[in-house]
Amino acid sequence: MSVEARATRAPFAYHHELLLLIVLVLVVGFLAVGTDKFLTVDNMLNQGRLMTEVALVALPMTFIIITGGIDLSVGSIMGLAAIMLGVAWKNFGLPLELAIVFSVAVGAVAGFFNGLLIIRVRVPPLIMTLATLALYRGLAEGISQARSVRGYPEWFFVLGQGEVFGVPTQLWILLVAIIIFWIVLAKTTFGRSLYAIGYNEEAARFSGIPVDRIKLIIYSLSGTMAGLAGYIFVSRVSTTRSDMGTGLELDAIAAVVLGGTSIFGGVGTIAGTVIGFTLIQLLKNGLALSGVKGDATIVVIGTVLILSILVSNFLQRRRGAGG
Amino acid sequence: MATAAFSTSAGYRDLRRMVLGQEMVLFIAIVLLFVVVGLINPRFVAERNISSIFLGNAYIAVAAIGMSMVIISGNIDISVGSLIGVLATIAGTLALNGVPIIICWLAPLVIGIAITSGMGAIVAYLHIPSIVVTLGMLSILKGGLISVTGGAWLTNLPPEFFLSQTRLFGIPTPIYFMVGLTIAAAFWMRLSATGRAIYAVGGNVEAARLSGIDPAATVVKAFAIHGFFVGIAAVLFATQLSVIQSTVPPNLELTIITASVVGGVSILGGTGTVIGSTLAAVLIAAIASSMIFVNISPFWMRAVQGILILVTVLADLWRRQRQRMGT
Repeated sequence: MSVEARATRAPFAYHHELLLLIVLVLVVGFLAVGTDKFLTVDNMLNQGRLMTEVALVALPMTFIIITGGIDLSVGSIMGLAAIMLGVAWKNFGLPLELAIVFSVAVGAVAGFFNGLLIIRVRVPPLIMTLATLALYRGLAEGISQARSVRGYPEWFFVLGQGEVFGVPTQLWILLVAIIIFWIVLAKTTFGRSLYAIGYNEEAARFSGIPVDRIKLIIYSLSGTMAGLAGYIFVSRVSTTRSDMGTGLELDAIAAVVLGGTSIFGGVGTIAGTVIGFTLIQLLKNGLALSGVKGDATIVVIGTVLILSILVSNFLQRRRGAGG
Repeated sequence: MATAAFSTSAGYRDLRRMVLGQEMVLFIAIVLLFVVVGLINPRFVAERNISSIFLGNAYIAVAAIGMSMVIISGNIDISVGSLIGVLATIAGTLALNGVPIIICWLAPLVIGIAITSGMGAIVAYLHIPSIVVTLGMLSILKGGLISVTGGAWLTNLPPEFFLSQTRLFGIPTPIYFMVGLTIAAAFWMRLSATGRAIYAVGGNVEAARLSGIDPAATVVKAFAIHGFFVGIAAVLFATQLSVIQSTVPPNLELTIITASVVGGVSILGGTGTVIGSTLAAVLIAAIASSMIFVNISPFWMRAVQGILILVTVLADLWRRQRQRMGT
């Protein structure tokens, strides 16, 4: 099936991002008419704050899915990093600054371990990260014994709850991350290599691309970003709990796939992913404000995900048939 | 992989595979676990505890049978936990409204088959990867369930509704379902044309197509049968306690997929057996229970589960590598 999808695909002829952008504008317009609390500066900035953790994880996830891989363990890595932050500070007695660095490093090591077994033992990414989804969450639960850590000093909350130039602090970090990931994917050899690996891994290997090293880097990167997202999460909600980030991987993957990145690999852009997570967050929020009960919004997101893939597949195939 | 599934020759090789295979490893692991933990704390092997291990987890084993078929066909279903929750709630709601009990038990099967067939059709005919389709369905089912029920529990169900609480010859009914369905499914996968086709499609789509199999129809069938097992699992789940919560145990889909994978079903498709997945479901449940008896905090359970998947997958890859070198 993947072979067929690949043959009929015209990667650059059809602009999924443009279609999505139109959908995004329509959704925003529709929701803004529904309630006047939606399209306000305050609400938009607040939504940006809420989506940052998923967004930070969705960026490296785009890289990984472009290579034909997947990382299901990011939510668990985020939980583990958050727990290690609290433990390093309260139990090991590290200064909080060092504890933060330590927790992000834990994320990096967790991602590195995923990558290492994927390249060395050739464990399929889906199954490797499914195993570590359980393992890392289990470590978080085991180490914390379901106890939460609170009582962080005031400066710790600047990142999660503070503002810089009137914009939530973490949105600046997200903005920088988006720019870096966009440049790396679109403008560098490294980025081109990701597409090559996803399109045909054997061919990429034979053309001298260091496939294994690149994979190790992107899985480590994914873990690092999940660790960073964990720190931001703790800073935003003021407490550390072992269930943090549960289900985050699904939100991130949904954003990436909605953004037009092919789950078969070889196709995808950062712009698409950015529109993907923005669309999901605004849909959630707008529907909630319009009086739709919280959980029904998940239904809409699931439907949008499936429909967008259906429509884009349909349009691509027509393109393929016509050209 | 497909050739291995098709090789009908050499009873010797079959025997060898049985002795060295995943099923035997799991069986020995289960026996060892019961012996070792039983020696440390005899209450672990008391009939009451063993019965509760099987009783509380039979539905997981039954769902893992269907999941194994889907994975063998080269796909995956991550919506299964939410689907069990939805079907259980439907069964309970029907029972509360005075619908005949037998229909309350059969409705989840029919609806389960309808939903999974629909997902299978989208996967097979519209060429959308199963992980995306079932991810979308996971959101739809989970959100739909909570927003319809409002998180309320179903109580005051009619007493004859509780299928899982009945016993036959002193043995809880769910155990008959688990054992019976596993054996039936194992024979069906080995002997029926569709069962063989599922292996063939998962092993090598092109080869399957060239040998006259319709891959798309086979994938839909695998999903449909999966829905049948999920329906039964939902009834067993719904009827085991006196209330039906509108949530299912968190990460239920992960536990079910773990059972399949630890049971020897290759995530790459094409290989594995349903006997293995049932044994793995029992092993996972027994490990969870044993931790309480040897005074390990249950908060470590999920870490153990993760290590278990890793070890199994590594062992499987190692064994395949050796086989490749051997031939």
